Amino acid sequence: MTMVTPSLPNSQNIHRETLANGIVVLVYENFAAQSVVVRGSFRAGGLYETPEKNGLASLTAEALMRGTEKRDFNQIAAALEDIGADAGFGSGNHRNSFGGKSLAEDLDIVLDVLADSMRRPTFPTQQIERLRGEVLTGLQIAMQNTRYRASRAFYETLYPANHPYHYSGRGSIQTVTDLTLDDISEYRRSVYGPAGMIITVAGAVKAGDALEIVRRHFEDWQNSEQPATPALPELPLLDATRRSAVALPGKTQSDVVLGAVGPSRFAPDYLAAMLANSILGQFGMMGRIGASVRERLGLAYYAYSQMDGGLGPTPWYVMAGVNPTNVDLAIDRSIDELRRLGDEKVSQEDLEDNQAYVVGRLPLQLESNEGIASTILSMEIYQLGLDYLIEFPDQINRLTAEDLKAAASRYLTPDRLVIGIAGPALN
Amino acid sequence: MGEVTKHILKNGMTVLLKEVHSAPLVSWWVLYRIGSRNEQTGTTGISHWVEHMMFKGTDKFPAGALDKAIDRAGGSWNAQTFFDYTAYYETLPVDKYELGLEIEADRMINAQFDPEEVESERTVIISERQGAENSPTFWLGEEMQAAAFRVHGYHHEIIGDMFDLENMTRDDLYGHYQQHYMPNNAIAVAVGAFNSEEMLAKIRALYEGIPAGEQPKLFSRPEPEQNGERRVHVERPGGSAFIDISYKAPPASDPDWFKLSILSSVLCGPSGLGGGGIDNKTSRLYKALVETELAAHVDGGLVPTIDPYLYSISATVRDGRTCEEVEAAIQREIDRVLEGDITEAELARAKKQARALFAYSTEQVTRQAFWLAFSENFGGYQWFENYVQSLEAVTLEDVNEAAHKYLKPQSRIIGCFIPTGEDEFSFEEVDE
Repeated sequence: MTMVTPSLPNSQNIHRETLANGIVVLVYENFAAQSVVVRGSFRAGGLYETPEKNGLASLTAEALMRGTEKRDFNQIAAALEDIGADAGFGSGNHRNSFGGKSLAEDLDIVLDVLADSMRRPTFPTQQIERLRGEVLTGLQIAMQNTRYRASRAFYETLYPANHPYHYSGRGSIQTVTDLTLDDISEYRRSVYGPAGMIITVAGAVKAGDALEIVRRHFEDWQNSEQPATPALPELPLLDATRRSAVALPGKTQSDVVLGAVGPSRFAPDYLAAMLANSILGQFGMMGRIGASVRERLGLAYYAYSQMDGGLGPTPWYVMAGVNPTNVDLAIDRSIDELRRLGDEKVSQEDLEDNQAYVVGRLPLQLESNEGIASTILSMEIYQLGLDYLIEFPDQINRLTAEDLKAAASRYLTPDRLVIGIAGPALN
Repeated sequence: MGEVTKHILKNGMTVLLKEVHSAPLVSWWVLYRIGSRNEQTGTTGISHWVEHMMFKGTDKFPAGALDKAIDRAGGSWNAQTFFDYTAYYETLPVDKYELGLEIEADRMINAQFDPEEVESERTVIISERQGAENSPTFWLGEEMQAAAFRVHGYHHEIIGDMFDLENMTRDDLYGHYQQHYMPNNAIAVAVGAFNSEEMLAKIRALYEGIPAGEQPKLFSRPEPEQNGERRVHVERPGGSAFIDISYKAPPASDPDWFKLSILSSVLCGPSGLGGGGIDNKTSRLYKALVETELAAHVDGGLVPTIDPYLYSISATVRDGRTCEEVEAAIQREIDRVLEGDITEAELARAKKQARALFAYSTEQVTRQAFWLAFSENFGGYQWFENYVQSLEAVTLEDVNEAAHKYLKPQSRIIGCFIPTGEDEFSFEEVDE
């Protein structure tokens, strides 16, 4: 068999370099495809905005490509679209993300546009007002979206108003309407900078060439005012199960989000919780939740669980879309599964199946340049080390049923949960 | 990248193989030549429901066993029902790809359709439809199709009409399965890090023993010519207005499809074949609608179909603006195109974009295998292999000719979703 078995990205084939201004650059060569993908991350986001200016981090990120000192809006669009390339920015709570994709020979253009947008945006008034209108239209549509509203109800109930996770990154119609050009400009100027920035490149490009291009566009960037990462407020413990429901006219299905605060990526039991979550609502047709809510009862088209495991105390939750008459039953069954996961050790078969699953899916995750670049970026953000993927199977296979039970019972408290519901009728 | 080889098994099953050794994976697709286009009133949505039942077990792999087997192997699998086909796939690490071959051979003839599972799936599918109904654009899309196709099967949504979902029987579903699931009605494709000779031997061993069935007679009624513009209004609660302008378009096998595709790229931005799209801020309609603050978003494109379908332009109307204003702005751009003002530069850009998007779409074995099966279904996998060349061959004259042939008011359908204002309400409660 003439087979190529590329090794996983590791310390031998990931080129990692720290630029003089602190930017960490990671390059992975992959000549199997014609494209190149950039994925980056830097310190900015919801943590660096106040509740009154909720949505500022996101609007600023979206406004970056509306005009720079070097190119106006149309020139930025043409620079990318003329060559079939794409680039953009996004905003999270702790970090902003950016990325791009092009044919390998066009990497310079993509990195030039990204650097220019971050470092020299001009935020032209007319462009920003146009963008604001588009964002507001998007928010009006989202406010009619049951998944969005159920999720909002969940987050707003789980996290208190003094916590950044309480808020949608997109802001509200009120706050986005009130944000000023000065807010945007000042946010970019004070928060954006090279400290804490990570840039990964994966694709049909030599590491030396990619590094040289990144260096040329980014290494002379300085910002001495970059703030330290703000501390998150303490989270109060839930004392009871709280439901928050919203009824939207004209809907035929209800969406439910149910859960609690889960581990951060840095928690010692993160991997145990991740594997427990796989059993709960991922493995097979969406794990035990899928089997109970969808397969056995036929209640829902989708039902699964998710554990975000980010830089802070992100949630661990079940999501389902169900007929309004079945909301309570779906909630009860889901809570039964949460309780079971914390009360009973999973079977050896369940444990081994899920260990094989999370380890075995790596080749599929790493097939594309997007998959490779995103994975290497996560390894750097969470300080997992360049050999993380090599060590990963051992770390997973070492976990026991007892570890999973302990993690589940620590986070998923069946009588102290938050439930967000949005649908046609109140439940 | 290897060449595609085509083989017809003794029972009539079409097999396409393509070796790609860039990642240690194999993607295996089996596509049946049956989709919503062939469904009759009373059993609309049956192809999609049968697709769901294919995950409900056989004697060899009981319900639930398959999901676990695939996940244990580190693979992914899924299925999709479209107007023109129903298709299934497994993408697995190369040392485990035989599992995919075994699953599809087994469920080609041994799916159980347990009556209890049929009933349980009925509510799941109704829930799937209700989930879609929560989106305003679903209602508009459904009305647009119904208005565009009075006779042809493209008139109903793939998910099916609610009445049919509530009333279809287990016998209907099983009958559909028996009538259409057979090797001589299937196109199978493998793309990945295998050796073609070994792969073909394994496929023969698993599939050649499955007897051919009677070639199914497909229910298919051609759509009569449309003789005048049709208009649709949908009024429901929603966050904003949407407009959709659709023109009758040629089938994918028609060379005109590529001409219209270039035209669409100029008007609305390029549509790729999956694998990462790009923005459309340099497209004519973005400039005419979004930059003028009439719309928050615009896109458009052609769907590659067996029978003539639609070329659609869709826009999200900005708050304070109306469908009529957006429609007038779109018409102005259509008029410009009809006057023949597309430039060589725009044509060249559309082609460069197509080259890049095509490169992105071929980076994953799953997507390559899909497109080979997909295009083989309407006449030949070469459609996909030659996709870029077909677009490269399009001239400015071709684009102008296609514009005049297809962008006619007499053969279009204009739809508007108008949001009605109704109040929401909410409450919170604590379970003690």
